[in-house]
Parts: sequence; C-alpha cells; structure tokens
Amino acid sequence: MTQHSRRRLLFGGAAIGTGVLLAACTSNEQQTPTEAQTKAADGGGNAEPGKQVTVGFSAPAADHGWIAAITNNARAQAAAYSDVEFKTVEAGADAAAQRAALSTLISQKPDVIVLLPHDGKELNSFGLEAMQAGIPVVNLDRAFPDAKAYRLQIKGDNYGMGVSAATFIVEQLKAKGVSNPVIAEIAGMDELELTQERTKGFNDTLAQHGFRVANRRAARFTVDSGQQETSQLLQALPKIDAIWNHDDDQGIGVLAAISQANRNEFFMVGGAGSKKAMEDIQADNTVLKATVTYSPSMASSAISLARLIGQGRGMSDLVELQVPKEIILASETITKENASDYLKLGF
Amino acid sequence: MSDSPSTTKLPAQSPPVDPAETEAAGHRAAPAPAGRLSWWHGDGGEGARRNLALIGVLLILFVIGAATRSDLYSNPDWVWANMLSILKLASVVGVVTVGMTFVIIGGGIDLSVGAIVALAGVWCTTVATQSFGAAGMIFTAIVVGVAVGLVNGTLIAYGRLVPFIATLAMLVAARGLAAEISQKQTQISQNNTINGIASNDLFGIPLLVYILAAVVLAGWVLLNRTTFGRRTVAVGGNPEAARLAGINVKRHTLMLYALSGLCCGIAAIMLTAQATSAQAAMANLYELDAIAAVIIGGTLLSGGRGTIIGSLLGVIIFATITNLFAINGLSTEAQNMVKGGIIVAAVLIQQVQFGSLSQFFRRNRLTTS
Repeated sequence: MTQHSRRRLLFGGAAIGTGVLLAACTSNEQQTPTEAQTKAADGGGNAEPGKQVTVGFSAPAADHGWIAAITNNARAQAAAYSDVEFKTVEAGADAAAQRAALSTLISQKPDVIVLLPHDGKELNSFGLEAMQAGIPVVNLDRAFPDAKAYRLQIKGDNYGMGVSAATFIVEQLKAKGVSNPVIAEIAGMDELELTQERTKGFNDTLAQHGFRVANRRAARFTVDSGQQETSQLLQALPKIDAIWNHDDDQGIGVLAAISQANRNEFFMVGGAGSKKAMEDIQADNTVLKATVTYSPSMASSAISLARLIGQGRGMSDLVELQVPKEIILASETITKENASDYLKLGF
Repeated sequence: MSDSPSTTKLPAQSPPVDPAETEAAGHRAAPAPAGRLSWWHGDGGEGARRNLALIGVLLILFVIGAATRSDLYSNPDWVWANMLSILKLASVVGVVTVGMTFVIIGGGIDLSVGAIVALAGVWCTTVATQSFGAAGMIFTAIVVGVAVGLVNGTLIAYGRLVPFIATLAMLVAARGLAAEISQKQTQISQNNTINGIASNDLFGIPLLVYILAAVVLAGWVLLNRTTFGRRTVAVGGNPEAARLAGINVKRHTLMLYALSGLCCGIAAIMLTAQATSAQAAMANLYELDAIAAVIIGGTLLSGGRGTIIGSLLGVIIFATITNLFAINGLSTEAQNMVKGGIIVAAVLIQQVQFGSLSQFFRRNRLTTS
C-alpha cells in the first residue's frame, strides 16, 4: 500500500510539475499594432476634438493574422482619440451569430457602427435595419450589395491585387526576355468571392500580354495548407518562372515548401503585405521578391472616418462637408526598393 | 480501488441490442488464441486480403497518373521524387490515423484530433517554449497531446459521455485555447532542428517518412503482438464480454484516447516542421481525413475489427489522389468529389468482396423487411 501511494505521489507530483511548466510555456510577446498603423491625433483639421462619439465595432473572430490585425488596429485607433468611446462585440463563428451579436450592439445605441461582416450579402439586411434606425453603418471590406445599407464603404481592391501582381510578373519576365513563361498561382479559399476576384484580375492582366497560368492550387489561408498545396504544385511543374501566392500568411508555408523542395529557379510575388513578407523581401534571401498590398490599416481609417461621420464633419483636406460614401484602397506593389517605407504598415 | 471491476454497473458503452449482432460481436471479441493471428488465414487474413485490394487501387491510380502525364512519368527521377512527395504529404495525417485506428477499433471515435494537433503545434511554438530548444518543443507537443487525450478519455470512460460528444466538445475547446494562446497570430518556428525534420533526408529518404514508418510499425506491433492490442479488439467488439473476461474496460478506454493524443502530439511536431510555423487554424478537418482513411482501410466503425496497414493505405490513397489532381492541374472541388466517391465505393466493395453476392443481397433483404 505504501509502495502504491508513493508511486501515486511521485506520479501526481510529476504531472502537476509538468502542468505548471507547460502553463508557463503559453507566454508570447504581446503583439500590439505599431505606432504607425494608427494615425496619431497630432493637431489641426480633423484631429481637433469634437463631440463625444460612441463607435460600435464587430469583426469575425477568425484565426487569421489579417483579421487579428483588423481588430487590433481598430481598437488602437479608437484609443488614439479622446472623443471616441469604443464598444466591440465578438462576431462569433458565422453570419447568424454575428447578426445576433449586432442586435445587442444596436440596443446600446452607438452613434456609428463599424462592421466587418462574415458575409456582406447575408448581413445586408442588418445594414438596412441599422440605417433605418438612424445609426450610420461603416462597412469594412466586405461590401453590402444594397447601397442603402451603408453610409460608408471602405475596402481593399481584390481585383487590383491580381492586376498588380500580374503587372509585376509581366515586367520582370519581359525584362528577362522569357518568351513562353510557366506561371503558377497559389490561391486562398476558393469558395470566397475575394479569391475569385483576385484570380480574375491576375488572369485578365496576364492575358493582355499573351501569358497564362500553367497550374493553380487553392490553399485555405493557413500555413499548413499553403505548404501542402505548394509541395504538390512544385511536383506538377518541374520548371517554373514565376509564382503568385494570394496571401502572405499562408505564404510562410509556401516558402517552407519551396525551400524543402530545394527550388529557386523562379521568383514569387506575395499578397496582403505581412511584416514577415516585407522583411523577407528586404533581406532578399528567398524567392519572394515582391508583395501586393491589401492592408488591414483600413480598420484604423474606418474608425477615423466613423468618428467624423458621428460628429457630422467632412475630411479636412477635401472640399465636401461630409465623408465620401465609398473608399477603395489601391493595391500597391512592395519590392526591395520601397519595403522600408511600407514596413510600418505590415501586420 | 478503481482497479476492482464494478459488478453492479454497466460499462459506458451499452451492448448491441440485436441478438444476432451480439453473437457475432462475441465471436470477434473472444480472446484470440495464437493460431488465429496467422496473416493470411483466420482473423488476420481477412485484413490482409482487403489490404491487397487497396494496393490494387494504388496501382490503378499510378497507372492513371502515368497515362495522363506521360511526359513527367517518363523521368524515373521525377517518379521517385513524386512518390516521396506523396509519402511526405501522407505522413502527418498518417500518424494521426494510427491513433484514430486504435480508438475506432476500441469502439470509440476521436473528432478532436485536428484540434489537438493545432493546440500542440501552437503550444510548442510559443516564444517561451522555443527558448527551451528543440527538445523542449518536442516534449511540450507530446505532453500537450497526451494530456488532452487523457481529458477526452476521462470524460468518456469515467464521465460516461458519448465519445462523439466528448471529442466534439474538445474539438471546439482545443481550437479556442489554441487561438487564445497564439492571439490568432501565426507563430513562426525559429528552431532549425525542428524545421530540419521536414527538410532533411537520410539515405535519400525524408525524415518525415521514417517517422511515419516508425509510428506505423509501433502501432502494428502494439495492435497485433501485445495484450494491449488484443484487449483493444475485445473492448471494441463487445465491451460487456470484455469486462466479464476481466479487462478493465474503463482504464483501457482512457488509454486509447491518450494514445490518440500522443499520435497527435507527434503529428503536431511534423506539421510545425513542414510549415515552419503553427497557427490555431491549422490541421483543419484532419479528423475527417483520418476517419475516412480508417474506414477505407477496412476498420469497422462500430469497433472490434481493423488493421493499421489498411488505415495507412487509406491515407496514401488520399494523398495520391491529391497528387494526381495537382499534376493534372485540376480543381480542388473535383478532387473532393472524387474522394467522397472513393469512400462510398470502398465501403460498398468491401461489403461485396467478403461475402458472396447472394449473401450481400440476402443481408439487405433482411434489413429492409
């Protein structure tokens, strides 16, 4: 019996010790957005404090670096203003959960709602409802089909991403004098409209120059799917001239697969503009030579504009007395030359 | 105290209701004498013949590949590299599937494997864990995997939760915890030893393939050549009979889920090495890949029968299909439809193959009348 209980004691002690050790191992450096991803209220024009505004915010809790950056940026930008009160609700797992969360937000009577919907079409009716209740809605990135459902729409340019990526690839290949290039594409989640738009922009622009995509695989915006799809793509194409990968987050896996296969005869263009990708481009020691932006800094801008809408003010550099209705960010191409300028916008 | 068999309470799994089924399950569950382990005749033989059919499917897939991309297949170096690439693609899910095979033969199911892989991967790539080096990361991944498996097993064996529900809850909870730890960020592995697991070869064969082979071999020995394995079959075939035969069914069930967690921990290291990073969303739907491979491999979903080699072949068949679609430049959607079709076809063929056709129809008539 003593033998038995001593064994149990030792075993239990070891288990508890391991548990404590592991619990300590969950620590990560807290990643907060850098100063530059918010716009400091540094006096003059729009920055001058105005009427107190309550901004309600909702974005999906997806496990993705880009979405995490959206929420972090929005919170940090709101904190930069003394006249903004920031109320956030978790959007849950799908459109129905987000609708439920938003209805509790409406009952708190915010002055403006900033919303990144799970799906613009499915939450269109919520936009209408809020607008009719007199609460202006700022749609972030995923458009409502109905123009009456939003006061302001601010989004990235998915089609433009494809155009920018293809333009860079065509320029490089023409400069090298490659006549019949093998171009490959690693897309994101294929069922999303944004992926289809990116691919369309890419294909359209390549076609103008008589080029086409030789093989295309769709990953799932995750590092492991990026690695797996790329490993198979590389098998399919023994020689490649250029690759466009839609998303820098899955790009970590894409680059891993490329280095595991010992391939370097091609160059790669990324998408979205993560900090890691920009650092890789700057260091110039991988096949990644450029990335086209789809910046989560749009969340910071959305909060700034929501504040102006709530205060009934326009953008101080524009003539109009109110904020415009639609803003589409340009997709810029980041290369080794300008990476240092953009590094502060990386996520 | 917990070791003494309870005489008043029924075990967690209720026995099959159909008397004919009980009889059949009882036959399977009877402790196997040594002679019945022969690989061709007797119990093992059925699995071996089934596996030969799966190898036939693989050969057909190879021929389809060679016919559609003869330009690539004419280069022997490429063919060898491609086969290694298929095995690497299968390696992570393969390791998970070994654990899943044990759980399913033991009459349970583990829906949380993908989430455990993600949690173990995220936990072993935190800044704090990475400071302990490769050994610390491997230790963390394995302990996290086993610990989550033990929680699953405790809930199912002692908390009397249905395996489906307990592991479904764990699926949600483990991914939530992984997202919480990682702050939804992608955690990059800076450790070259870990990353080297996916990029290094030994005698021209990738390390990942050796790991898969070692896990499969260990799983095969454990299932076919140890008391633990025989007890697993007995518990899955008929838990009540197993309990009356003196097996501690609850503790055995607990250990099965811990084993599945261990496999997930090993898989997490392999996947982290492959992607050189980890995130909460990774290993998405691995539970379905693993269960599908187990079913294709001929393991009974109700427990009591199955082979490790069959499950491995199931995983390799799926990886080969992915490869086949990739080299032909076909869409992922078409690939998923074909995979679904193969799962159904495999089960249908198995029903026909091992009884005569007339038996197949007679059984169907019995169930419909």
